[in-house]
Amino acid sequence: MRYLPHTRQDIEQMLAVTGHADLNQLFETIPDSAKTKTGLNLPDALSEWDLNVEMEALASQNAACGSYTCLMGAGSYDHHIPAIVPYLISRSEFMTAYTPYQPEVSQGTLQGIYEFQTMITALLGMDIATASHYDGGTALAECALIALNKSKKANKIAVSSLIHPAHRQITKTYLNPSEFEMVEIPADKNGLTDVAALKAMDGIAGVAVQSPNFLGNIEDLGSFKAVADEKECLLIASFTEALAHGLLKSPGCFGADLVAGEGQSLGMTKSFGGPGLGLLAGTKKLMRTLPGRFVGKTTDSNGQRGYVLTLATREQHIRREKASSNICSNNGLNAMTAAVYMAAAGKKGIREIAQLNHDKAVYLKNVLVDAGFSSIYNGAFFNEFVLKAPAGFAAKRRELAKKHNLYAGVPLESYYPDMPDHYLFCATETVTRQAMDLLAKEVQ
Amino acid sequence: MKTIEELNFPSDVKYTDDHEWAKVEGDLVSVGISDYAQDQLGEIVFVEMPEIGDTFGQGDEFGSVESVKAVSEIFLPIAGEIVEVNSELEDAPELVNTSCYDKGWLVKIKPDDLSEMDSLKDQAAYLEMLKG
Repeated sequence: MRYLPHTRQDIEQMLAVTGHADLNQLFETIPDSAKTKTGLNLPDALSEWDLNVEMEALASQNAACGSYTCLMGAGSYDHHIPAIVPYLISRSEFMTAYTPYQPEVSQGTLQGIYEFQTMITALLGMDIATASHYDGGTALAECALIALNKSKKANKIAVSSLIHPAHRQITKTYLNPSEFEMVEIPADKNGLTDVAALKAMDGIAGVAVQSPNFLGNIEDLGSFKAVADEKECLLIASFTEALAHGLLKSPGCFGADLVAGEGQSLGMTKSFGGPGLGLLAGTKKLMRTLPGRFVGKTTDSNGQRGYVLTLATREQHIRREKASSNICSNNGLNAMTAAVYMAAAGKKGIREIAQLNHDKAVYLKNVLVDAGFSSIYNGAFFNEFVLKAPAGFAAKRRELAKKHNLYAGVPLESYYPDMPDHYLFCATETVTRQAMDLLAKEVQ
Repeated sequence: MKTIEELNFPSDVKYTDDHEWAKVEGDLVSVGISDYAQDQLGEIVFVEMPEIGDTFGQGDEFGSVESVKAVSEIFLPIAGEIVEVNSELEDAPELVNTSCYDKGWLVKIKPDDLSEMDSLKDQAAYLEMLKG
């Protein structure tokens, strides 16, 4: 969209309609003290060509994936995006569509959401998925609320300390004004959530575990399900890397009651941290407690296929005062992006991409260990893992970014103070063998 | 929707102003919604139930009935403890439409004070209220 200010002619026309003599008269209801006395301190106007040059110069100061090799994940991942994804979602029917407030005239948007929900349930092994949320963190907070609202006795939610720190913080923020409490489950020495510590907790309405967790390790969700069943509470499985489910058993296989995750990996750019795509899925038993929208498929009176907003009686439309969530919106365009990405990759493609991620991460871990890093955990991982760096790596890391456009690992100390010199590395399908070998050579 | 004359209001149950019915059966009291209520709601797709052991006062909300067009809260006709819920409604909520006084009952309660039944309307009074 172009931004073109009003011309003198436009202004005269408007004044003629409103019957004001000039702009001062038009704005006379605004107190003088609120008006600027001097002009705005803005640079001179630029021609379109000059403006493009200026903007490109500014943009080139950013160090973004594409021109940089990124060996960092930690909740936001660099993946190839097939050309069909930006092409299709930039069509105006998708790009400008928001929430279908008039479902009967939004059949295309509704079908898109329906396909998205269907593919997400297949990916996660769940019965039902919502039409998307803001991001993985808000989806997790919503799941915590579902569990807490459902339980009539317990007022605590147990959240693994290896869930993404931002997602934990969002959940805490959601619960802050309520009578509910979030307690953290500590990690064990293997970089996994301590299931024994969970067993000792009482009065919990739900347990949330991320797999792969923030340290990249794959959790045994089955053992948490067993404890959740014992305690008659819900198991919430979370994740930040949706593509991991191309390779790993789905949360549904382990009997997860709710799933909350970040879907940025499914065709969205990192965009300097957002917007993301909140994925939220559940079992059929819980469908009336899930927040947000659902689209269903039906047939009309002529037997023609049609898509409809369904379960609308639960919240926003009919009984708003009874809604258990403040979410009544979705990330429609990002959900569409994920749908196009998943359809383009296909079931086999998603598995192949996932396999490639894992293989590259294994290679990266091996060359870095050979180069002097220490392996911390021996369990299974997907595309992220933790290593302890040799002395002097912090300075080397800055140098690599400057000299070789290479970002190597996320320092973990700010998240876990007992982990100085520990870095979380990530390798996706975008990372070349040359880049990984270069890093290993440089740190040797 | 049907006219009042087409609906069925048995004389062996008592009614509330909110269109629930209550029937004494030995020590327990069965509770459901009246033929008028199910007819007004239309096709019922879900019944949200309390848990066994929950206790409520007279007139307390104890669940909800969801139809394709609305959700209505349901209120307990007299105070008591929930001792049984109609689990058949989980898979067949339409029983409330087809058999609201029989197979479509909602809960059975152990009443705190059976004399509260006297505060409910009998068939004649309920019909009078419906006809306005």
